[in-house]
Amino acid sequence: MSEFLKRVDLIFGEYSDQKYKTLEKTVKRPTEDIIKDVLDSGLRGRGGAGFPTAMKWKFAMEQPGDEKYVICNADEGEPGTFKDREILTKVPRKVFAGMAICGKVIGAKKGYMYLRGEYRYLLPDLLKEIEEYEKTAKGLGIDFSIEIRMGSGAYICGEESALFESMEGKRGEPRNKPPYPTIAGYLSKPTVINNVETFVNVLMICRIGPVKYKKLGTLDSRGSKVFSVSGDTPKAGIYELELGMALEKFVEEFGDGDTKAVQVGGASGFCVPRKKFKDTIIGFEGVPTGGSMMIFNSSRSMYNVLHNYLDFFEEESCGQCTPCRVGCQQLRIGIEAVKRGDKPINYLEQLMKLSETMKITAKCGLGQSVANSFSSIVNNFKEEMIY
Amino acid sequence: MTANNNLIKELVNQYGRDRTSLMPILQGVVEQNNYISDVDMTEIAKELDLSAAQVFGTATFYAFLDTVPRGRFVIRVCKTITCDMHGKKLIIQTLEDMLKIKVGETTQDKKFSLLETNCLGWCHKGPSMLINHDVYSELTPEKVQKIIAEYIHK
Repeated sequence: MSEFLKRVDLIFGEYSDQKYKTLEKTVKRPTEDIIKDVLDSGLRGRGGAGFPTAMKWKFAMEQPGDEKYVICNADEGEPGTFKDREILTKVPRKVFAGMAICGKVIGAKKGYMYLRGEYRYLLPDLLKEIEEYEKTAKGLGIDFSIEIRMGSGAYICGEESALFESMEGKRGEPRNKPPYPTIAGYLSKPTVINNVETFVNVLMICRIGPVKYKKLGTLDSRGSKVFSVSGDTPKAGIYELELGMALEKFVEEFGDGDTKAVQVGGASGFCVPRKKFKDTIIGFEGVPTGGSMMIFNSSRSMYNVLHNYLDFFEEESCGQCTPCRVGCQQLRIGIEAVKRGDKPINYLEQLMKLSETMKITAKCGLGQSVANSFSSIVNNFKEEMIY
Repeated sequence: MTANNNLIKELVNQYGRDRTSLMPILQGVVEQNNYISDVDMTEIAKELDLSAAQVFGTATFYAFLDTVPRGRFVIRVCKTITCDMHGKKLIIQTLEDMLKIKVGETTQDKKFSLLETNCLGWCHKGPSMLINHDVYSELTPEKVQKIIAEYIHK
């Protein structure tokens, strides 16, 4: 690997020599110290939105009552993302330990992992690890149990409030916000919901300390990030890299020499064309990503790529709010009409306006983020949309 | 159509009668019977003291909770971009030729259903598919033929 990209071995690093050693050490510390470490580390959520983890925990901690929940969001459905699956395959212990630390900090006794139906095959191994965890927790006097709930093939359930609805036995339709989950989440109780990778990061911060952790990444994007690299690349797979690198370096390393565009952050992320590789930083200060990096070379039609994304959104829209339900469909029908020549070229402008409207009127992140890929692909590859 | 009353009772006893148990119960029925019938939904509603409409609403929301009869082996081929780029169409064609059904259909002997699905999380090893819970990745037509040949004898 080139000198510009630093491989990191934090998330996938080996387990400590003794089972749940970091957890044991951490639960003995005062809660304030743990949360201060997480705050000092600058950790931001790894699911894509990047909310500061320590703040989330603090809000939930400050809520009265002892019926609180910790939920691990393992409903990884974003196209091009498969890093959580790898984490759950290789280091599930770190995830459960991270959840238990969160339970201790916010004062919750119950944790759930919401695992997507597509990863059902992981269940037996995860249950085995939970057994290990429960044994250790009992020994250490930790009053926090973990259960797994399965999803059933709905992308939208990765949206936190839709996930709660699903766990409550309802349709996975996102709720209005506020109230936020830290005040009223699962069963309307204070809930911390974090991505799989976020919990592992917390554990690693507790193990190596915030000072060492902070040395990784940049000011706005601390730590390492697990990237899922796919598409036209000879090196598809999972890579743990420092945040804050330039996309150009990334393409130099992973591209096949003919890279035309990189979709950063999955179907709901941004498409970056070749001419912008140089000025694009991967991280919260530039283009944020939940880890999905899809590389397209010159042989690919960006019209087909966009069409595939719109198909995806149209199918996965929960149908609850009109901007998203009708918008996704109309965007797809619209680009098909322009391609066929049934609509004039400037109709694309109207479609862009529609996607911008969706951004401000849709109820949840799904409908709001369709505009990301739509405008970045249409703007940068207009000729491909038309001819 | 008779309800699977025994199965539903068993699941209800295992997971409880709270609404939070609805997903695990529905998943349990699909696991056993490959789909949830209207009669099953009514029976679950009765057990959980919900309206049948609420159970129907939940069941029909999720792609993996089938509400039409499916075969014993449900094949779901990933159709999202990377798998599509790496030859998903050829995989579908191979499956259609072998099973003599189209996407969305079930074989006459009720053994296989062929469906498409969204991102399975195997983008680096596409094309990929699920057969029930099992994942098959880096598919080629030859590989698919071998896999299906094995399932035919199951």
